[in-house]
Amino acid sequence: MPDLSINFAGIKAPNPFWLASAPPTNSGYQVMKAFDAGWGGAVWKTLGVPVVNVSSRYGGVNYRDKRLVGFNNIELISDRPLSHNLREIEEVKKRFPNHAVIASLMVQSRQEWHDIVRASQDAGADGFELNFGCPHGMCERGMGSAVGQEPKVLQMIVEWVMEVAQKPVIVKLTPNISDITEPALAARRGGADAISLINTIQSIVGVDLDKYAPYPIVDGKGTNGGYCGPAVKPIALNMVKNCAQHPDIQLPISGIGGIENWRDAVEHILLGASSVQVCTAAMHFGFGIIREMTAGLEQYMVEKGFNTIYDFVGKALPNVLHWEDLNMKYKVTANINEDKCIGCQLCYTACEDGAHQAIKLNAGTRVPEIIEENCVGCNLCSLVCPVEQCITMEQTDSGTQHLTWKERTEAGDIPTKFEDEKAGGRHHWVPEPSAALGKERYKTLPGKARVINGETEVPAEA
Amino acid sequence: MAEFSTPTTEQQFAENFAQLKPVMNRTEALYESSRCLFCFDAPCIKACPSGIDIPQFIRQINSGNDTGAARTIYEANYFGNACGKVCPTEVLCEGACVYNLQDVKPIEIGRLQSYATTKAIKSGKKLFGPGEDNGKNIAVIGAGPAGISAACELRALGYAVDVFEAKAQPSGLTVYGVAPYKITNEETLAEMAYLQAQFGYNVHFNSAISSRAELEKLENKYDAIFLGIGLGKTNELGLPGEDKINCTGAVEFIAELREHQHKVAVGRKVIVLGGGNTAMDAASESSRLGAEHVILAYRRAKEEMGAYEFEYDLAKGVGVKGLFNVAPIEITGNGYVAGVKFIRTEVKDGRVQEIAGSEFVEPCDMVIKATGQAKQMEFLSLIPGLKLDSKGRIIADAHTGQTSNPKYFASGDAWNGGAEVVNAAAEAKLTARGIHAYLTK
Repeated sequence: MPDLSINFAGIKAPNPFWLASAPPTNSGYQVMKAFDAGWGGAVWKTLGVPVVNVSSRYGGVNYRDKRLVGFNNIELISDRPLSHNLREIEEVKKRFPNHAVIASLMVQSRQEWHDIVRASQDAGADGFELNFGCPHGMCERGMGSAVGQEPKVLQMIVEWVMEVAQKPVIVKLTPNISDITEPALAARRGGADAISLINTIQSIVGVDLDKYAPYPIVDGKGTNGGYCGPAVKPIALNMVKNCAQHPDIQLPISGIGGIENWRDAVEHILLGASSVQVCTAAMHFGFGIIREMTAGLEQYMVEKGFNTIYDFVGKALPNVLHWEDLNMKYKVTANINEDKCIGCQLCYTACEDGAHQAIKLNAGTRVPEIIEENCVGCNLCSLVCPVEQCITMEQTDSGTQHLTWKERTEAGDIPTKFEDEKAGGRHHWVPEPSAALGKERYKTLPGKARVINGETEVPAEA
Repeated sequence: MAEFSTPTTEQQFAENFAQLKPVMNRTEALYESSRCLFCFDAPCIKACPSGIDIPQFIRQINSGNDTGAARTIYEANYFGNACGKVCPTEVLCEGACVYNLQDVKPIEIGRLQSYATTKAIKSGKKLFGPGEDNGKNIAVIGAGPAGISAACELRALGYAVDVFEAKAQPSGLTVYGVAPYKITNEETLAEMAYLQAQFGYNVHFNSAISSRAELEKLENKYDAIFLGIGLGKTNELGLPGEDKINCTGAVEFIAELREHQHKVAVGRKVIVLGGGNTAMDAASESSRLGAEHVILAYRRAKEEMGAYEFEYDLAKGVGVKGLFNVAPIEITGNGYVAGVKFIRTEVKDGRVQEIAGSEFVEPCDMVIKATGQAKQMEFLSLIPGLKLDSKGRIIADAHTGQTSNPKYFASGDAWNGGAEVVNAAAEAKLTARGIHAYLTK
């Protein structure tokens, strides 16, 4: 059996799945319930001077029939008195001594930081997470992302915390910044033990078309919130990778952003995270999702022969390069498996309208055909195809040559003029613009167009 | 034991004839519409005789534009709701859905269609209106799918339209001939009212046109005459005893059923003669009315029945038993039907041949003949110069619907020999345009 336990910058937990600092960790009741269900740790809802919240706090992004592919909130940090939270932290730790309980903190003055760090470690917290990420409400008061966006201020506060902290300190980073490594480096300089990312992304998740107001609506008005949920995973993965690859950061990373199953977690881990935090998925489906996450992770580790999480932390990092270092001699071409094709022709229209006109239709069949010489290997057709493994991208180069943009640049073998002979698309076939006019009109404007334009007949060539 | 107990109240009738395609709620419509792939040059559109832009209306439902979806549907087919419910979608749009090729359940196009149109009908939202008055008048004979569709399209083109209907209600077989579990009377009539409110054609009910003098009047008063007369009564079989009490035609039986519902009595043991879709309907309906035994008797083998497979499955599902390779030779009984005398048959070289000496009597107390409808030859003979083909179908131009008498245009069953509501609706739309082209030449 693989060992799922972790030691994250000195914080031990039975598995790498922690609840992120958010509504699910608002109380001892919830955290106990989560630990009971199998979660490995919890970052307590941010402690500080208790806030007052508005009513109507969350907004969702639905895609077709899928609810909450994106989610945002305008809720603030804990609205409960500090003593209540600390008492419950103590109680949880007593009941679950081997689980990680991390106090998320957000205050203003040096004295306040000192006080709250001391109080939290007295209560038995295993570590701290400094909330420098909240992008709404708190930042307007000079806290949260307002700190995360100012590396100097961030470093100073970390230094204050390190003056009294006897437990590991994690700095939680905001993605609302152009280069995530800057605040990460500041955290390192300040002496932090680890970083966690990403916090939520400043967002408006939608606008009510009748009330002309952004969601969530508070008495007819709204404000920007913090965006999270499955939709933010790609942004989080990239930022986790940026921090993990930076030679001067070298801190354990707790990956956050769009994790709702074991697969998402593994992706974060492969890019350098050694613990992962989950919020939206727990808010959507409850704590029960942990069973699938641990089971999936375990199965993956068994199949891959990994004994511990550390066997694959950052395992994908060597394969994440800069664009200029990719092999330009590599070539893939789309291949349609005729036996699997169901004839939806989405690949055809996608390639026609959205790519390189490298797919054609033939009379008497709905199975499209790849025009290999036009195919640039962009993947689009294989991405839109609704059938598993129907369109595959097959390698068509010999696999023996390797040439990167960097090497070409160094060799002076790159286009530099507007009309350069070396332009990549120069020898690639492009149809005449006018060939587009009226093309397959009876297909692109079906039904109604046929009748209204009197075009009742399908052209003979079809 | 009968499959169903005999319904004695409206509610029991509704239970026995529960809708096969109940109207979706918003959640179901959202889920189902989300599955649509938005195929390019979608096979479902091509499979629809009225060419409804199905991926478009499904996408509209999915994006919350139900009104727009209804408009898309009605622009192609004025019997949008009726077709969503009564079309044999299994062999049309849904049968063409590419999901079938992946052994995935096809999109429930019919129900999505009815979802959007029902919503529009219930809201009474005006989507269409008559075109600018062009001063010309058209008479439409028959208020069935062909006649009403033609009336709508002609009104949209600016014609004044008078529809003459022999019966008391519009929509033809949609309300008088379709099985009640496919669409309710209320649903059918609500769509008719919705269309009439939008387009404003006149319908003269209980106004059969049946004499040369009446036709002459129309010819004099109107610029063109549209024939949407459908078919006639059930064909006579020419069997001894066919006139016995409780030996009825399927078309007449179903019309009774649609009109009088639970007040219609059915036999305890019913024999339905025929192998087409109407036979399946009549058999299913007999069972749902509480008949203890329903036998479907067909001259050839099961596989050779004209009915769609799913229609036979429906009948089997309510306890109907098949009796194949038998031909009726006499309806027995003394005044009342007491049985059918059959002779066994076999098919040799594609022809049905009776097996001598194989006669037997299958007792029953009701016989329903679902052996096709007669053409309205007598009426059609009143129209000068009107040519019919060898099967009694009106001959008309495939694109304009114009008959050999240039003033007369035709669509629907009288022209195509008997097809679906959707065929009539599609043909009539084209024919209305044909009339317009003719009158604006």
